[in-house]
Amino acid sequence: MKRPAGDLPLWYSAGLVPFLNVVLAFLVAGLVVLAIGANPLQAVRILFTGALGSWYGMGYTLYYTTTFIFTGLAVAIAFHAGHFNIGGEGQALLGGVGVAVIVLNLQFLPPILLVPLAVLGAAAAGAAWAFIPGWLQAYRGSHVVITTIMFNFLAFALLGYLLLEVMKRPDSMALETRPFIDGAKLPRLDELAVLFGLSITRTPVNLSLVLALLCAAGMWLLIWRTRLGYEIRTVGANPTAAVYAGVSPAQITVIVMLIGGALAGMMATNEILGVQHRLISDFTAGAGFVGIAVALMGRGHPVGIVLAALLFGVLYQGGAELAFEIPAITRDMIVVIQGLVILFAGALENMLRDRLGRVIFRMRASEA
Amino acid sequence: MEQWFGLALVALDSAVRLSVPLLFACLAGLFSERSGVVDIGLEGKMLIGAFAAGVVAALVPNPWLGLLAAILVSTLFALIHGFASITQRGNQIVSGVAINVLAAGLTAILGNAWFGQGGRTPQLPGEARFNEIAWPLAEEARALPIIGPFYAEVVSGHSALVYLCFAAVPLTWFALYRTRFGLRLRAVGENPHAVDTAGISVTRLRYSAVLLCGVLCGMGGAYLALAQSAGFVNDMTAGKGFIALAALIFAKWRPVPALGACLLFGFLDAVAIRLQGVPLPLVGQVPVQAIQSVPYVLTVVLLAGFIGKAVPPKAIGVPYTKDR
Repeated sequence: MKRPAGDLPLWYSAGLVPFLNVVLAFLVAGLVVLAIGANPLQAVRILFTGALGSWYGMGYTLYYTTTFIFTGLAVAIAFHAGHFNIGGEGQALLGGVGVAVIVLNLQFLPPILLVPLAVLGAAAAGAAWAFIPGWLQAYRGSHVVITTIMFNFLAFALLGYLLLEVMKRPDSMALETRPFIDGAKLPRLDELAVLFGLSITRTPVNLSLVLALLCAAGMWLLIWRTRLGYEIRTVGANPTAAVYAGVSPAQITVIVMLIGGALAGMMATNEILGVQHRLISDFTAGAGFVGIAVALMGRGHPVGIVLAALLFGVLYQGGAELAFEIPAITRDMIVVIQGLVILFAGALENMLRDRLGRVIFRMRASEA
Repeated sequence: MEQWFGLALVALDSAVRLSVPLLFACLAGLFSERSGVVDIGLEGKMLIGAFAAGVVAALVPNPWLGLLAAILVSTLFALIHGFASITQRGNQIVSGVAINVLAAGLTAILGNAWFGQGGRTPQLPGEARFNEIAWPLAEEARALPIIGPFYAEVVSGHSALVYLCFAAVPLTWFALYRTRFGLRLRAVGENPHAVDTAGISVTRLRYSAVLLCGVLCGMGGAYLALAQSAGFVNDMTAGKGFIALAALIFAKWRPVPALGACLLFGFLDAVAIRLQGVPLPLVGQVPVQAIQSVPYVLTVVLLAGFIGKAVPPKAIGVPYTKDR
């Protein structure tokens, strides 16, 4: 295929094309809505008012957004080194285990120590789970995609075993640990607002939103403003050239997987430390896979990822309202949209870009 | 002794049943990946195939029409993957993920909207399913030592799709190693430039491989909905497409070892169900999760080259670009 020569402008490749891909995904999703006999326009209206029309809706939207920022960053950091981390789901589950192990065993500590330790526990456990596939890719050549898929299943099996045999609360049939002590919680934003004399609606959005935004900013600094980030991008662009530049692709592979695992693991700070306050099974609910859509849509850039995570936050919260208003459109609609976004913004990204790109170049040529 | 033999036969019988969807998906992946197109969307294609089979068999009580529908829809999804991977030269892994997510979402929402049973399709009557075929003299043969019960329990009494599935193994072997198509298919997965130079279309070969992959995944899905169960149930593939992928790697992308790997993983699945809460000699009670994890662990260990080495086709995952 002929690629247009030269660079395409930023507004085009980072703005217009991702936007059009999302529009395309929504159009196809609209056909699905038609197929089940509902009105797509009405559905879109309910979706957006449900997500953004009230403080309550916005709180939930931001709560979902937080989770997707973490899992999106986890996929994106590996992208920059040319790797595909499909293991976000498993790494996030382990992050939950990390939180629970710290909180349940060290609950004698003051909250000011315990909560940061629990966040570190989430990051460390997620990183440890990602380390093995990373190391195997780097030093044994096993493809990280396959190993992370396998590690997702292993994480589910491990969590199932832990909750059934080791950490289960004895007084309940439910697969969960005993509840955390009161101090071991990340404060909700409405609780924090009270400290400043403000009153906002109670929603699950909590301090981990700030943590997620800090992580996004941190990733921008890391990738574009540090030596390590430069090395990561070099390996991603051309591993062979990286070796000649004195960079070890193997080391970089392990490092990006560790960082990615830590980011995915920190998703548990939102779900477990911020909302559930106990370890439950399957709390990730596919967020690791939403991360793939978010990272692709955000084109690996932290700003894009935050925006894409916000869109998926809107979809998740609005989708819940939609399922309530039009029962035929269950929350699985979001999964369909997610799949379409991965398809259009990921697998078929060349389709629009090249075609429209040629038009732009032709227009420029005729102007000149 | 007698009792253990009986137990072994029952376990073997359920291993055969449980390995069928794995084997269909595994052979499907074999065609696609041998041609150089990575397919982690086996799970999704099988799922959408099972759904199509469940829907059609619920409307027209004929299992063969259900099978046809499964094959058509699964092939349609395979074509999307082919279009993204071959024509658009997109990322094949991303495309596979898209197929899986899309299938999971579509089956759930459409099933719920059309039948209102929380994503299930209606319970199928006997005539809409693939029923078990008793082989001639199966009951009479039981009297024979060892072979008799084996014939009656393991060989006889499966549905047509089971026999079709096991017949697909030698057929795949023949197609791959004894036909011109097979030679070209293997070549295009190793060195597409050489194939192109010989005047054979890389695109056409890869599309035919991807289509075959869709057909086989559809058959696997139809087996789940029309033979193993009586209708489609939400997420009924439950990771089988990924176990098939593991089996494919375990078999080093070869058809006969694929049969062995799928039987082994099917057997583990059968054992995991039976061993729940049963203490074993020496090790005591084995958690069911540990047995279920064996395929995944084995695949990781094998991929790491600690026991043998699984080397994928050389051109796998690389979109083909003609030199300009």
